[in-house]
Amino acid sequence: MGSYIPATGEERSRMLAELGLQSADDLYAVVPEQVRVKELDLPDGLSEMEVRRKMTALADQNTRFSSVFRGAGAYRHYIPSIVKTVTSKEEFVTAYTPYQAEISQGVLQSIFEYQTQMCELTGMDVSNASVYDGAVAAAEAVFMCQERRRSGVVVCGTADPQVLEVVQTYCESRSVPVTVAPVQDCATDPAALEAALTATTACVYVQSPNYYGVLEDVDAIVAAAHAKGIKVIMGANPISLGLLKTPGEYGADIAVGEGQPLGLPLSFGGPYLGYMTCRRELMRKLPGRIVGQTTDADGNRCFVLTLQAREQHIRREKASSNICSNEALCAMTASVYLAAMGPAGLRRAAENSAAHAHYLAAELAKIPGFGLRSTKPFFHEFLTGCPIDPDALCRALEPDGILAGLPVEGGILWCCTELNSREEIDTLVKRIREVCAQ
Amino acid sequence: MKLLFERSRSGRTESLLPPCDVPLVEFDAGSLRAAPPRLPEISEVDLGRHYTELAKQTHGVNDGFYPLGSCTMKYNPRVNEEMAALPGFTDIHPLQPTGTVQGCLEVLAKTETMLCEITGMDGMTLQPAAGAHGEYTGLLLIRRYHQSRGDTARTKIIVPDSAHGTNPASAVMAGFTVVSVPSNAEGGVDLDALRAAVGPDTAGLMLTNPNTLGLFDPNILEITRIVHEAGGLCYYDGANLNAIMGHVRPGDMGFDCVHVNLHKTFSTPHGGGGPGSGPVGCKAFLADFLPAPRVDCKDGQYRLYTPARSLGRVRTFQGNFLVVVRALTYLLTLGKQGIPEASAGAVLNANYLMHKLAGAYQMAYDTPCMHEFVMTLEPLKAETGVSAMDVAKRMLDFGIHPPTMYFPLIVHEALMVEPTETESPETLDEAAEIFLRILDEAKADGASLHSAPRDCPIGRPDEVRAARTPVLRYEFGVAQ
Repeated sequence: MGSYIPATGEERSRMLAELGLQSADDLYAVVPEQVRVKELDLPDGLSEMEVRRKMTALADQNTRFSSVFRGAGAYRHYIPSIVKTVTSKEEFVTAYTPYQAEISQGVLQSIFEYQTQMCELTGMDVSNASVYDGAVAAAEAVFMCQERRRSGVVVCGTADPQVLEVVQTYCESRSVPVTVAPVQDCATDPAALEAALTATTACVYVQSPNYYGVLEDVDAIVAAAHAKGIKVIMGANPISLGLLKTPGEYGADIAVGEGQPLGLPLSFGGPYLGYMTCRRELMRKLPGRIVGQTTDADGNRCFVLTLQAREQHIRREKASSNICSNEALCAMTASVYLAAMGPAGLRRAAENSAAHAHYLAAELAKIPGFGLRSTKPFFHEFLTGCPIDPDALCRALEPDGILAGLPVEGGILWCCTELNSREEIDTLVKRIREVCAQ
Repeated sequence: MKLLFERSRSGRTESLLPPCDVPLVEFDAGSLRAAPPRLPEISEVDLGRHYTELAKQTHGVNDGFYPLGSCTMKYNPRVNEEMAALPGFTDIHPLQPTGTVQGCLEVLAKTETMLCEITGMDGMTLQPAAGAHGEYTGLLLIRRYHQSRGDTARTKIIVPDSAHGTNPASAVMAGFTVVSVPSNAEGGVDLDALRAAVGPDTAGLMLTNPNTLGLFDPNILEITRIVHEAGGLCYYDGANLNAIMGHVRPGDMGFDCVHVNLHKTFSTPHGGGGPGSGPVGCKAFLADFLPAPRVDCKDGQYRLYTPARSLGRVRTFQGNFLVVVRALTYLLTLGKQGIPEASAGAVLNANYLMHKLAGAYQMAYDTPCMHEFVMTLEPLKAETGVSAMDVAKRMLDFGIHPPTMYFPLIVHEALMVEPTETESPETLDEAAEIFLRILDEAKADGASLHSAPRDCPIGRPDEVRAARTPVLRYEFGVAQ
């Protein structure tokens, strides 16, 4: 049996005796007898060696793919070695939320640096310390836009469907109406979107590059929304922002997104982080932890959690959100990643991802039935047709260590990053030809 | 110390990615950002040293005693970290075909089964990413339950005045209004006030037991009966589950749903404020409402499915999976004997430390505690002018993370101490000596404590200035 209790049996007896107790059971004398547990139906505890064997066996039951052409919300990018080294430091891993600033400057400064980087990346003024994931960031952003006479959100139908589902869940409980704008050619039709905006619409959520990888006409969407006094929340893949126009440049009011591509492994879905940045006017509506700069008793620069009057531990039922824990270590991971990559490295990751995706799209288009579903410009994901059963195609590629694009309505959603070399892509295309010929 | 941006030198780069092996894409100029983001340009050696320096200014569980009440800062076993770093877990895409992720799904299923047994629940979702996220999810379950019965008048959630701030905040997010009930003289729920508060508009009660005073409410069966008889449901806030595992189960106390904090009770690290994980368990009659997707096993194959009347998704994919991997590693290590022993150890350590301090410090309640205890420094402040804040800050000089300050709100000048089971008797003895020494200092020269800490990387920060003139990011080109 494993245990992490240092006290020996003898020591525990001595401690109990000092308290005037006979046994550990006496510690629970206050618990009503009829609900006391006799024995839990759990397996016996194990030594570290046995546990390691069991857990490793579980990990071995999963299939790792050497070539991943699937994204759809989770992206496999190159992770620099320094990222893991830094974020494995025990001080960072085992600390709590930095309430005691005097012994938490490391965590606080790293969050301040993260906030600065996210503002730079998105072209916004203010960032929080992260939320659970990109979908929750979108939902929390909708709540930031609530006004007395405006509550509804219009979500572009090209948003990641899981993001839409989370937004719907969050909005249902607060009676915030959710309207989904129609999709045309894998993109939002600005005219159709404009028609969906009403006097009670509070905000629009647009994702660009969208779920299908397509660059939306964000300029037109922002113009349509702002003309009616409606705020714009823009979701963006942070890697794309090394190259593409920022939410700030488009005039969006709030930027959100999934931070996972910034140095976090796929990890079967988490932990990830949601980033949230906004214009200064919305600063006090931003949920979650925020770190600010100040000075200590000697006048030296230091950092603290600030604007806490927004938060649940102060405001209770009047708080802007219930969030307490965020994803601090994931935010540090993103920050180390961005520092290691620098502006040139991030741009290269974005350019190479887009280049590989466009090369793959062009090669696939040469196979009958694999034509692009959209004529619009795209970043590193795209939808193609599939002349055979998409699931069967995926299964046929598995033995080659290839995870194909995601079968979705309308075909297959492909993704490339800088990791998918030309050679890998050529192999994929060759195998698809073979499978289709069978 | 310098910020990353102050270490940056233009043109300093690392060779992390190769040049592109296919033609680059010419995007329309209107789609491109005007200028590159001002990310730091920094060499790997300087980057490494930067974070080593930041690490030195960070106090984690491995740096010393961390009796931060309500946060269960127990030791984070290293084997958990190694298992969570296995490529067979980290390099798995969340949208892989289920046939290729049987190991991941088994991790979820096994963890769910073990946590259901510990909490006395029948079904569970591992999707919520933190405790407050779990509270929100549990309240949505309650909401869906009443809606499914057409019982739309139930709009109120009852929360004791000793509750964590997340409870009322979560209730509001879930679309409820909050009714606060006072505590009785013993620190428990005032039964008469509860009886007066329940009615046809009661959706449910949120309760932590033991509560934030570290006290187990002996009236718990009566409390949950009152709520049930009024037609409400009972929600268990698992923040303090570390006190009772294997001794009493929320499900047996009359709770209908519960969240647990894997980052507290089940030894996964806090990461400086996350990632956490807040699984939500429920009784069978609520299981159909759980978030999608859930895991089950048919003919030896694990699969994901959407429950019949699912409340939807509260997060993408399956939650903070690697946190769950760590918790399962811990659960398998402790097993049926280790789990109750861990809780008994936590309660023993808390009572032992409280006993050592009881003569000198004023306890908020003069009864044995569970896994934590609350002191009130009000008499000390009246006598010497030394506040709970002063005592807490002085502890920093001794390498101890202070207890939680000024919480719960119903105790004035509160310090809330939670030693956890993973501290040795020597550590507790040393901590007691430091507490007592600070008390002596307060009585001898109270004024000197107002300037504590003295030996930390920084002195007390000016929090008012931070909030009044917010500087929330580095300003390039401005002298700092």
